Amino acid sequence: MKRLIVAAALILFSHTGGAMQADIQEWTTRAGTEVLFVERHELPIVDVRVTFDAGSARDGDTPGLARMTSNLLLEGTPERSAGTIARGFERYGARVSTGSGRDTAQVSVRALSEPARLDPVIDSLADVIAKADFPADAVERVRRQMSLGLQQAQSSASALAEKAFMRGIYGEHPYATPPGGTLESVEALTRAAVVDFHRRHYTARNATIAIVGDLSAERAEAIANALSGALPAGEALAALPPVELPSSAQTIRVPLEAEQTHVMMGQPSVRKGSEAYYPLYLGNHILGGGGLTSILAERMREERGLSYSSASSLTSAARRGRFQMTTQVRNDSLPEALSVMRDSLEEMRVDEPAAQRLSDSKRNITGSFPLQLDSNRDLLGYIATIGFYDLSRDYLEAFVERIDGLDGEAVRAAMHEHIDPARNVTVLVGPEATIDAAE
Amino acid sequence: MRNALFALIPALMATPVAAQSGAGVTEFTLDNGMQILVREDHRAPVVVSQVWYRVGSSYETRGETGLSHLFEHMMFKGTERHAEGEFSEIISREGGRLNAFTGRDFSAYFEIMAADRLPVALELEADRMANLQINAEALSTEREVVLEERRLRTDDRPEGRFAERYAAIAHPGTGYAHPIIGWADDVAAFEVADLRDWYDQWYTPTNATLVVAGDVEPEAVHSMAQEYFGGIEGRDVPAVHDPDNLQPPGERRVIHRDPQARVTQLRMGYEVPSFATAESGRDPYALQMLATILDGGDGARLAEDLVRGSGVAAAAGAGYNPMVRLDAEFSLFGVPADGDVDAVETALREQIRRLQETLVSDETLERARSQMLADHLFEMDSVFYQAMQLGMLETTGAGWQTLNEFEENVRALTAEDLRAAAREYLRPEMLSVGIMQAADQEETG
Repeated sequence: MKRLIVAAALILFSHTGGAMQADIQEWTTRAGTEVLFVERHELPIVDVRVTFDAGSARDGDTPGLARMTSNLLLEGTPERSAGTIARGFERYGARVSTGSGRDTAQVSVRALSEPARLDPVIDSLADVIAKADFPADAVERVRRQMSLGLQQAQSSASALAEKAFMRGIYGEHPYATPPGGTLESVEALTRAAVVDFHRRHYTARNATIAIVGDLSAERAEAIANALSGALPAGEALAALPPVELPSSAQTIRVPLEAEQTHVMMGQPSVRKGSEAYYPLYLGNHILGGGGLTSILAERMREERGLSYSSASSLTSAARRGRFQMTTQVRNDSLPEALSVMRDSLEEMRVDEPAAQRLSDSKRNITGSFPLQLDSNRDLLGYIATIGFYDLSRDYLEAFVERIDGLDGEAVRAAMHEHIDPARNVTVLVGPEATIDAAE
Repeated sequence: MRNALFALIPALMATPVAAQSGAGVTEFTLDNGMQILVREDHRAPVVVSQVWYRVGSSYETRGETGLSHLFEHMMFKGTERHAEGEFSEIISREGGRLNAFTGRDFSAYFEIMAADRLPVALELEADRMANLQINAEALSTEREVVLEERRLRTDDRPEGRFAERYAAIAHPGTGYAHPIIGWADDVAAFEVADLRDWYDQWYTPTNATLVVAGDVEPEAVHSMAQEYFGGIEGRDVPAVHDPDNLQPPGERRVIHRDPQARVTQLRMGYEVPSFATAESGRDPYALQMLATILDGGDGARLAEDLVRGSGVAAAAGAGYNPMVRLDAEFSLFGVPADGDVDAVETALREQIRRLQETLVSDETLERARSQMLADHLFEMDSVFYQAMQLGMLETTGAGWQTLNEFEENVRALTAEDLRAAAREYLRPEMLSVGIMQAADQEETG
């Protein structure tokens, strides 16, 4: 098996000329799984993440199925119970966790690098991922846990807002349904569906492995072989359908008795790898993504004292990600807050950002990227993402260069083209009288 | 094998500095009393800078609650040299991130930047330590922001409303009984003079610790600190008077019936020693290990017996944080699987009784030890958290050297030590029980 070093991502710092080396080594295992590996010997620890194309976008008409599968993954094999499996990891001080979102399901392990403590953990994990057998009592237990979580979310304004917003911007797309499912759908999930989901999605061809830490390339290769070799080969999955943009602006009102109203406003953005992502990212940073110095924080918090937290965010995904502005304000301030948010967004679409704001934001983005790679865990997340989405291997460096090369007109044009108020979905969660009166 | 592994860790950070400890920390003190701690970590060209002040919500009395936190907000409102917002703009433009947080025992201000930008952060921090301007207009805006923050975190959330009521009975007679953000009526009544007094009393180099972690040289940090903070005059801070609270307080219960809560929840907490208040140095480690035995992971007792075994709990947990200034809490929580909160309480009490009556097996002891030592090592992956630990240990009175004693203390623990600690500290007269009763469920107990 030949290993290729595809990218010597020599990361340069804009201010210092100092450099940091993060060589991403990359290869495909015999079983057909893509592997990305970064050697880091400063601490005697190893992080491994296996990412599967097995998020809620694959739920079909059973919301919560991907999440339930992920939650049940460590609950038993034909030979071993959940407790035996967990204690097997704990004996060696290893931390193993599973998680799932819309695009992906992941299994992550952090362990000590000493072979006597790492190898048994990897062998056990490979066995568990491949042979998970979803005991019936565990299915019922996890169903109840998910159901209680959903009940608890019914009194959380932010969770209610998120759910309504995703439904509103994604319409009929698989992204529209909550990864945790709904009370009705979770009740209806069957063990047979979980077993089938696992069989079809937790496969070698549907996985990407990321490894960071105190290992030689040979040992990393052995780990990747153990994990991918245990899995069935599997078949390629169909591509997700495209996201249809909302055809008109709409306001969704969710009644909840509270002193504040939660606001979410936005629409689908662009997919991973889209050229428009860079100017939109910069525009969003200026508008509300840049923390205390962004326009929304200044206008809503510093100048008016309307809210504690006012921000915007921009994500990308396998299909379209999302652009959203969020805030929470005293009920009687809602009309003022809505007009500040809408006016601020409109300004970004009509005028170029002020020169000072533009250059400050650019400097913040380009100067802060080393901060994103200062720990093994951050590096792991980074290479897992570029591996899964097949982004260019010098993604961060290229990102910095792209941002650096943008001018105010590029930002304005991208905001104008991609964030159209005629498509904005506005979600209001608050007391009925307050949200009914709002425009 | 394992001994050799863990003995090697500190050596990874070796730098030839005389005052350096096993944890790779170098300590300096300026003439004005300001303490400087430097933790070297050269993995990435990044630096974390944190200024910690020994003041937080536990220093407040009724009428003052929330003052430390509101003051932390005011620290962003400008000085003679830098107008409001400029601090954040400069750090942002330099490619950095910044924020601040207030706890019960501390107020801390941090920046994360490329390593060579450290002077920018230190200059700005020194400026606001000495030259903050507090005016009525900025205060009235910020007071509204904090009241919105209170609505967001507490007033509008069942869990927030419950947590506030639970703390009020769990820490009777101490500064831990009121919320960090303060009671709303206190926050609404603060005036400029209150904030100026707070600033004058607590914001002095004598009461501050600068923690710098990352790609830096200790001596260079020392000279920078001297340059920026050295000229600020030190003042004595007021004597801290923590009242002798009830010992033992007696078993207490609070039942919070929340009209919006959908899921019943249980919290239990024993008042136990912290690093700062323990008479025997080993007790906090024994308590940490007891928490690990109960809830170190999915293989631990609470998951095995309550969640999977009897199935009375949908979720259960235990925790203990010894990095506090006053007595700490050994806490347990549970979510009933089908609303029967009494069954969960009974099962948790049974777990405590088991720790008091039966020595843990060698396998259990070794597994918990392994987890604690590994987790301690994993914590070194985060530069920010390393700085956090040093700051918390210093501001709570434990001292940063506590870090160096961790491994030895954890290795020394025996099954007898654990049983003795469980008997000594996990007693009913030290216990608070809190129940949040979901609106649509039958009342129990």
